[in-house]
Amino acid sequence: MIAVTDLVKVFGKLEVLKGITTQVREKEVVVVIGPSGSGKSTFLRCLNFLEKPTSGEIMIDNISVTDPRTDINRLRADVGMVFQRFNLFPHKTALENIVLAPMKVRGLSREEAEERAFALLQKIGLSEKADVYPDSLSGGQQQRVAIARALAMQPRVMLFDEPTSALDPEMVGEVLNVMKDLAGEGMTMIVVTHEMGFAREVGDRVLFMDEGRIVEEGTPEQLFGHAQHERTRNFLSKIL
Amino acid sequence: MRAIPHLLTGAVTTMWITASAVSIGVVIGVIMGLARLSQKTLLRTAARIYIDFLRGTPLLVQIFIIYLGLPNLLSVVLGHPYPINVYVAGIMACGLNSGAYVAEIVRAGIQSIDRGQTEAARSLGMTSWQTMRYVVLPQAFKRIVPPLGNEFIAMLKDTSLLSVIGIEELTRKGQLFIAVTFAPFPVWAGVLLMYLAMTLTISRLVSMTERRLAVSDRRD
Repeated sequence: MIAVTDLVKVFGKLEVLKGITTQVREKEVVVVIGPSGSGKSTFLRCLNFLEKPTSGEIMIDNISVTDPRTDINRLRADVGMVFQRFNLFPHKTALENIVLAPMKVRGLSREEAEERAFALLQKIGLSEKADVYPDSLSGGQQQRVAIARALAMQPRVMLFDEPTSALDPEMVGEVLNVMKDLAGEGMTMIVVTHEMGFAREVGDRVLFMDEGRIVEEGTPEQLFGHAQHERTRNFLSKIL
Repeated sequence: MRAIPHLLTGAVTTMWITASAVSIGVVIGVIMGLARLSQKTLLRTAARIYIDFLRGTPLLVQIFIIYLGLPNLLSVVLGHPYPINVYVAGIMACGLNSGAYVAEIVRAGIQSIDRGQTEAARSLGMTSWQTMRYVVLPQAFKRIVPPLGNEFIAMLKDTSLLSVIGIEELTRKGQLFIAVTFAPFPVWAGVLLMYLAMTLTISRLVSMTERRLAVSDRRD
């Protein structure tokens, strides 16, 4: 459902992505791991055009992200994204955060949008926080609301950019649980993370990136058990 | 003491001229502030020139060129006299000038909002205009209120320059009254206190607005 061909991204003189080629199937959960500066986040951000690829091609559902004629807003509506630093709208309550885009982008009525939002809040276990502003929520709660906000658009794919890296350790679990449930429901997901437990348990496939390239990819068993490349083994030995 | 009702009518003029000028300034300022951040080079450059020009020249000269220069230019071009109403000229000059300062306030306010906010909104499929309208501007507005209050106060004081083209605002009323009574100190002191009363009122109103906006942040 996602096909990336020879994706290159250059910032100034720095070549951050040096030709990424990979595919993601429907309902697949792909976990991207690698040292910081390896280009994982940039790769993810290219997928919904938050970063403009320098060259290469990205197809999502047979729509080209990189084609200038593509309506990028329509494409983004179908590609949910969760950020490391949550990025909830601080001037809006949890509920308002969730209903904004469905109303403005999808054209839902307030009733429809709120119905959808309440169902999602229940799913993430925050029904009683509907009218609370983000400042009054814990990091874990904010990130769960951010996930609900993305899901309210009923996306075909979800991108997670280090969703637990800014959280206190005791809050990591609640966010990962929401993501696990989502994977269980068959959502197509690409997750950049340092949570190896999550990668092993939930990932269908793991990509190891280093210095702007995919060094190695495989099932969690293959990668964590029998990594082929020295660099992969090196990285894993430091992190596990 | 006899001066007070006289000066008060001047103060009223000062107030409504300031209010009109700042209103025009805010409209121009929002447009120019957004233009300054536009993706389109043409808009950006136009806003840049406008702001540089109006901030880089004295308001007094701007008042002269609009009240005296513009009619002169028009009469030469059109071939017949083209007088301009002194209030229209005065408010226009102050409003255009204020617009340049407000534009910079608006730009700074928008730029102070974390880029993650824009990214989150765009990632949900919102257009750049929707992102501005529903996500960035409401947050920027809170940060814009205090400097906008300062601009209001600065403008109120600057309207005293309009006395030179004969608008009978507070300063001009003071001058005219002294011409009759020859008592500069009490009259100028009265003028000063009236300006102070007005600027203090504005800064109070601004802090009140600020507090109200802050409360809506956390209603839990």
